[in-house]
Amino acid sequence: MQFSSKKPRAVTDLKAELYSQPLQFYAQPPLENISLSEFESFAVDRLKLLKTVENLGVSYVKLNDDYLKKLDNEIRTLNFPQDAKDQTEKRRKDHISHFILRLAYCQTEDLRRWFIQQEVDLFKYRFRKLDGGEKLEFLHKNNLQYNTISAEEKDNLREKLTISSSAASGVKVEEQDFYKVPFQDALDLVRTRKVYLKEGYAYIPHNEIVTIVLNDFRTRLSKALALTARSLPAVHSDERLQPLLNHLSHSYLGQDYSVQKNVGKISLEQIDSLAGKSFPLCMRQLHQALRDQHHLRHGGRMQYGLFLKGIGLSLEQALQFWRMEFIRGKVDADKFDKAYAYSIRHMFGKEGKRADYTPYSCMKVILSNPPSQGDYHGCPFRHSDPELLKQKLQSYKVSPSGVSQILELVKGMHYQLACQKYFELTHNQVEDTSFSLSHPNQYFTESQKVLGGGKDVKRETDTLQRPQENSAARGLTAAREPAVDESQHLAEITKNLETDFQDA
Amino acid sequence: MPSSDYDPACLPDLLPLYYRRLFPFAQYYRWLNYGGVQKNYFQNREFSFTLKDDIYVRYQSFSSQSELEKEMQKMNPYKIDIGAVYSHRPNQHNTVKSGSFQALEKELVFDIDMTDYDDVRTCCSAADICSKCWTLMTIAIRILDRSLRQDFGFHHLLWVYSGRRGVHCWVCDEAARKLSAAARSAVAEYLSLIKVKQFHFSFNINVFIKGKSLTVVKRYFPQYALQDQNILGRKESEEKVLALVPEDILYIFSVHRATTAKKRQYFEKEIMLQYCYPRLDVNVSKGVNHLLKSPFSVHPKTGRISVPIDLKDVEKFDPFAVPTISLICEELDRPKADEDEAKSEDAKEKENEQDSAEKRKIRDYKRTSLAKYVKYFDQFLAEMADSWKGKLLRQSDLQKEF
Repeated sequence: MQFSSKKPRAVTDLKAELYSQPLQFYAQPPLENISLSEFESFAVDRLKLLKTVENLGVSYVKLNDDYLKKLDNEIRTLNFPQDAKDQTEKRRKDHISHFILRLAYCQTEDLRRWFIQQEVDLFKYRFRKLDGGEKLEFLHKNNLQYNTISAEEKDNLREKLTISSSAASGVKVEEQDFYKVPFQDALDLVRTRKVYLKEGYAYIPHNEIVTIVLNDFRTRLSKALALTARSLPAVHSDERLQPLLNHLSHSYLGQDYSVQKNVGKISLEQIDSLAGKSFPLCMRQLHQALRDQHHLRHGGRMQYGLFLKGIGLSLEQALQFWRMEFIRGKVDADKFDKAYAYSIRHMFGKEGKRADYTPYSCMKVILSNPPSQGDYHGCPFRHSDPELLKQKLQSYKVSPSGVSQILELVKGMHYQLACQKYFELTHNQVEDTSFSLSHPNQYFTESQKVLGGGKDVKRETDTLQRPQENSAARGLTAAREPAVDESQHLAEITKNLETDFQDA
Repeated sequence: MPSSDYDPACLPDLLPLYYRRLFPFAQYYRWLNYGGVQKNYFQNREFSFTLKDDIYVRYQSFSSQSELEKEMQKMNPYKIDIGAVYSHRPNQHNTVKSGSFQALEKELVFDIDMTDYDDVRTCCSAADICSKCWTLMTIAIRILDRSLRQDFGFHHLLWVYSGRRGVHCWVCDEAARKLSAAARSAVAEYLSLIKVKQFHFSFNINVFIKGKSLTVVKRYFPQYALQDQNILGRKESEEKVLALVPEDILYIFSVHRATTAKKRQYFEKEIMLQYCYPRLDVNVSKGVNHLLKSPFSVHPKTGRISVPIDLKDVEKFDPFAVPTISLICEELDRPKADEDEAKSEDAKEKENEQDSAEKRKIRDYKRTSLAKYVKYFDQFLAEMADSWKGKLLRQSDLQKEF
């Protein structure tokens, strides 16, 4: 894609035209110069938006109230266009970021499929927000030559049209336009028999036009991506863009947990109990394997070791931890100091090129270095056999319905959502995780938040909290346990809380 | 009409005869070439053969009618399947860069199998059929044919007897051949009221059902179900009928005797539809690259030829009257009753070698029971040919060839 402005006046006219529309088909790529930083930030923002679209789409019924509210929020936060005045800048961002992501997501079938799905959902959300007049305008401006049928024809077919559509949407045939659309463009309606068909044409009421438009959008995007893929070599030759684009499709976009705010706050004795309570499944599994076998292979040591660093283990603690465990196995103290201690110090940036490695994000764990026989690293939702995963979850006392929910998500390849579900099921008071899981350390932090007194509990037990906070560094007891010499009043409050949570 | 007793063991002897003297290669090629409107349409078509001892070979393709003939006469396939038209010649698919070899087009096909009706047949089960339950096929053909033509606007439908217990439909319109997998699946789902192996009834009866299909079913139902299948006559059948009724309606029936007329209407409609509505296997229709038994292929177990069904006579179609390969091979040797016809044709043998061989072959199938089916196939092709001529004319206009 060449960013160049050869004809400034014509371009600005086009731009003004395009950005005066609330919605577009992304038919024309942007023709202007932008800075590299804008290039990157636009792309990252859109990626965040699309990831939100994906998460919401799996967690909620699409387009229900919760979904709409949350998506609205995200759009506002990320500075994308909403229905208001003066949206030109935001629409420009929308336009450019779409095309940048096309470059990053056109390369493989999987990436394409993901990108198309999220863009279609986003488009559906936006199209639904347009009012009737805006919709018509959009159709006409984009050459969707779906013709309305004449009043005469409508009259002839009235009975059939009423039956086909009114049952679904209570719509009066006389009051609205019907479009005659080739059936290939209205497959969803055909499949469910929600439309009247005659000689290869579907007769669609105006308010069903959304489906048609969506299919059109999807088809266009699909073709465009195929074309983009072919011109990719030219883009990759630009060294500034290539690393960026590669990164985008594999990127993790959150905290990197490299700065430890809480170094030393965890003691080694706590790790066993923490593993059961606050570790994500992958780390719990690694910890278990380490305890059982007094050894972990390199992949496991890296993934788990960096995680421990992220939750606050200091270098000295880490050395002590691994040493203690390995000695119980076949490794003697000398061998440990020679072979393994070096790599632990390396992890903390004390050896070699002194790079302070950051704990692995979920993306990294899921996508790189798959485990083989005898390995315990990786993401259990991604890498474990579903049967084994089921057994493991059952042994960790996850309810059967919970287990099947998780397995459903795994089947749909939503590994991080499966982990979130695991979080919900192992933290009884949480019904709806407010965060979007993308990093094992994030899981830990959120878990500690919940167990150390999350917002719901805070409401009723402010008085209980204070004595608790002092011992936060040691023993993370659940907030429900009242301190010994509390008054009866507080004990009562706690009892009420317990019943509340049990009902949940 | 008694057909010669067919013995599968004779196939190895009968097949060479069939492929040498009876298989209608000219018509077959004419069909699959589609008027030559698209380049390499025939050459890029996949065929698959099942040979003796169950050897299965895929990705067969041929560059011309004569190559097709030679190869089939050499291999003598027990079964022939037709697949999709690909981007390259299927027999060279290994030389193509992986990912580039794609299925591009194929007829839209439907497969109706009698075993999918087992739960509502009381006369036969599994692979057996009889003239009573064959009515189910007739109803299915009528309903699907009507819907494909009137709802979807298709015109060139070839209905073929599968050779044992079902029928296939080949929709040959250009628009149909170009359909995507998603579109095929949508059409098949539109047409499936009864999901195969599941009971499924939507109370959102829309135009399709309310209209002519129900009329078709109604016309046949009384005779078929009540008499032929004797539904309400025997207790177990009566129970089967009741078992079809949805739980809630049954409850309503039992609790509130005086049920409304509307509910009874639904009840009756559902029963009729459960019994008689066409049952499709959606998976057959979905894939662009799906391989389906070819017309004029032999069914190795029954010996019957997969013949096209003339829609005008669909009610009279009798699967037991379909010629077997042994019958037609036998008929080849019988002198034709009409001796005069044979004499006048002998006179024409003075023409050159190729022509007479061709003519002999044409004469050959005409002497057998296969004749009327090939004739019908010819008619079908003639109707389609008009659309090809139009296309070719337009193409040559564009190229300014005169």
